[in-house]
Formats: sequence, structure tokens, C-alpha cells
Amino acid sequence: MATTQVPPPGRTVIEDPRTRRQRPSGQRSKTNFELYAWLFMRLSGLALIVLVLGHLLIMNVLDGGVQRINFGFVAGRWSSPFWRTWDLLMLWLAELHGANGLRTVINDYAERAPTRFWLKMLLYSSAVLVLMLGTLVIFTFDPTIG
Amino acid sequence: MAKPAGSLYRGREGMWSWVAHRVTGVLIFFFLFAHVLDTALVRVSPASYDSVIDTYKNPIVNLMEVGLVGAVLYHALNGLRVMLIDFWEKGTRYQSQMLYAVVAVWVVIMVPGFYFMMLHTLQSMFGSA
Repeated sequence: MATTQVPPPGRTVIEDPRTRRQRPSGQRSKTNFELYAWLFMRLSGLALIVLVLGHLLIMNVLDGGVQRINFGFVAGRWSSPFWRTWDLLMLWLAELHGANGLRTVINDYAERAPTRFWLKMLLYSSAVLVLMLGTLVIFTFDPTIG
Repeated sequence: MAKPAGSLYRGREGMWSWVAHRVTGVLIFFFLFAHVLDTALVRVSPASYDSVIDTYKNPIVNLMEVGLVGAVLYHALNGLRVMLIDFWEKGTRYQSQMLYAVVAVWVVIMVPGFYFMMLHTLQSMFGSA
């Protein structure tokens, strides 16, 4: 696609689906990263519907809500490998799903290149922090601490 | 200004469902950040974890929990709608009807959900039944 569409005054042209996007640099992306990101959002979304809605139902209704929650409650729950696996899977899928969502939001609204770059660095740093800290806590939880 | 043809995402149901999907998504992402940090306190000491969780045990945070569940539930239901638009051959034709279905299911779940989530707060404010 060599021609660039110029919108007539006062009109926005929305490209047909599957139109190849012209990059400002004129180069085509060498990978299908955006396709895999799009697919990941749908697959992780399906899994998260079960993982997160189940988690919210159990924690907020079936187990009596935040009133019941304390260190002993967490220790009881994480004595089971099933719930530790559930929480680990939920942590990774939710954080990656959310980080990719915010990446899209930053790309949409931050127009200056340095702003986009630094906002995304902040986003990726926070995602790495959350994933590492959460994983560490699930794997090294010690019910006899303190 | 003329409305461009052929887009789901300009005005009405298509656009507002997309706006709500973004807003709820960003809110949930920031909640998740705080939630992982507070839960990580179980690795510090039982006392530090319990003292932070105790600050959540009041009616205002209880109401915020209902708001969080409402945001997650909308994002989940509308996410299903987005997948149907992408993968179901009639998805684009029924996209606005699917939004009304999303809203209906949301209300049907949130009304009892509000009651059961607020049970403790309601009982402490108005006496137990």
C-alpha cells in the first residue's frame, strides 16, 4: 500500500479492516507481536473470567468477606496447592492482560514519543515488580513466620 | 459532521461500551497493583498484614469492594461480547443487542451481589435480622 489516505476537511477516515498500517518509519514490523497480543487478550480473558469471578465470589460472598480475612485465613488457603496454583495463574494472567491493556491505552493517548517511552517503562517496571513480588510470596509463604 | 460508515466504535452502544471497558480495565489494573502489595505483607509478618487488612473492615471500603466487583463483572461480560463480535459471524450485527444483554446480566447479578456483599455492613448498621 503506497498511497496515504488524506481525510477531507471535517471528516475522519476509518480504514477498512485488515488494511496494512503504514508505520511512520516506512518499515513493516518483522514480527506478529500485535496479533499474538490480541489473541492473548482473548485467551487470557476467557481464563480470567473463571479465575477472577471465582476468586471474587469466594472471597466476598462464600467465605464471609473481608471481615473474615487475616493471616490465619491466608495460611489456611495457601496450605492447599490447588489454591496456590489458582492464585499464581490468576496473578500472571491478570497482570499481563492488564499491562497489555494499559500499553494500548498509552499508545492511544500519549502523543509525544518520549512521553510514550517513559510511561511504558514505568508500566513495564510496575508489571515486573508485581509479577516477581507476587510469585515470590506465593512460593515462599511461611505459615509459621513471626 | 458526517458519521463515518462501517465502524462499531463511533457513537452510541459501540463507543460507550468501549469507553466503559477502558475505564473499568484501568481501574482494575490499579487495584491489582495495590492488592498484590498488601497481600505481600504476609511475607513480612502476620501483624503487619492484619493491621493493613483491618483498615479495610469498614462500610466505605465495603462499598468500594462492591464497585470493584461491578467493574470486574462489566469488564468480563463485555469482554465476552467483544470475543463474540470478533469470532461469531453474526457478532457485529447483534453488537448493540449484546450490550443490552451484558447490562441485563450485570443488573441480575449485582442486585443480589450487593446484598450478600454488604450483609455484614447492613447488619452492623441496622441490627442483625
